[in-house]
Amino acid sequence: VDGIADAGGRRELFGPLPPLDPDEPAFPAPWHGRAFALTLLANRTATASNLHALRHALERVPREHYLASYWGRWVRAAELVLAESGLLAPGAVDARIAGVDLPDPEPAPRANPGAAPGNLRHVTARPRHAVGTSVVAASAAVPGHTRLPAYARGRRGTVTAVLPAQVTPDVAAHFGGEAPQHVYAVAFASTELWGPGEEFTVTVDLLESYLAPA
Amino acid sequence: VSAERTAALEALLVERGLADEATIERFITTYETAVGPLNGARVVARAWTDPDYRARLLADGTAAIAELGFSGPQGEHMVVLESTPEVHHVVVCTLCSCYPWPVLGLPPSWYKDPAYRARVVREPRAVLAEWGTVVGDDVEVRVVDSSSEVRYLVLPERPASTAGLTEEELVPLVTRDAMVGVTRVVAP
Repeated sequence: VDGIADAGGRRELFGPLPPLDPDEPAFPAPWHGRAFALTLLANRTATASNLHALRHALERVPREHYLASYWGRWVRAAELVLAESGLLAPGAVDARIAGVDLPDPEPAPRANPGAAPGNLRHVTARPRHAVGTSVVAASAAVPGHTRLPAYARGRRGTVTAVLPAQVTPDVAAHFGGEAPQHVYAVAFASTELWGPGEEFTVTVDLLESYLAPA
Repeated sequence: VSAERTAALEALLVERGLADEATIERFITTYETAVGPLNGARVVARAWTDPDYRARLLADGTAAIAELGFSGPQGEHMVVLESTPEVHHVVVCTLCSCYPWPVLGLPPSWYKDPAYRARVVREPRAVLAEWGTVVGDDVEVRVVDSSSEVRYLVLPERPASTAGLTEEELVPLVTRDAMVGVTRVVAP
């Protein structure tokens, strides 16, 4: 989906970088660790640990909450997957903070597309693109979940590696099954992405369905 | 505010049997103690001192990292990127916060920061310079966006002045930030 989570190149997010702290612990505050554990546990029951569905929930967290705090964003995403699976009423956490318990809704069971662990899959069809060939990324915005960053849309790049085939996040996030396909590392020149200026490359890992020969 | 929300969510999940204290503690303890950047530092120090291991690591990162006992979630397929005097690699996840957990643990705050995720694919030299890493115009900068389930680890350059150090002595010099590519390893 188009939104604040798709951060690459987005000028409105430009600003000073936080300091590097080599000694930063995994969880700087105690509630960070609890938010991490609770979100994974919530997602385990709500979606059978469908990571793509969790990422899609994260990118639908409203902008002000998304930007307010990283682990706060995880808690909001957990609330979303719990509500969408019928495990908690929408607004149950706000109600609890206010001292009110909402009745649980009817559970909304779904077919589980991520039952098999992991995301690497075997695909019998041969990869469509070879290392060294030119490809162009799809130019249309996608209403649901996708792993094609907006900054690469419609841009021409070069395949630098054929990566292991993987589950398609665009399908799995919406509980549509695994739909595995080939994945490619595609290098884009900075000038292709951003116009004249500093020269460098950005390599993005892209699904075969995002790409056409160029 | 978020601490209060987390506590409220926890109460709701525990009451429904969807979470319990022992499991929560196990998740936290794993990433506070067992899984962190020390794992990646061991991989890098081995690669710096064992040319055969280095070759295996660059050819098949997943298998070579597993030789040292590191594997698990967010490390299904590992690719190791070798930085050299000619090529500097830096890794980001512009879409969320994908990071190679088995070798680096959970990502630090700066890696998850929207400013880093927005800027590094558009002005990488400025980002690196802001953190004190000056990359000359004669060095090729390769930014790698972790947009699939492949996870990347940067093999930083070994400082020339560490030639006499052993693998064990090298491990503490290898930082998390260097293994993402935003800094270089500096000799003591």
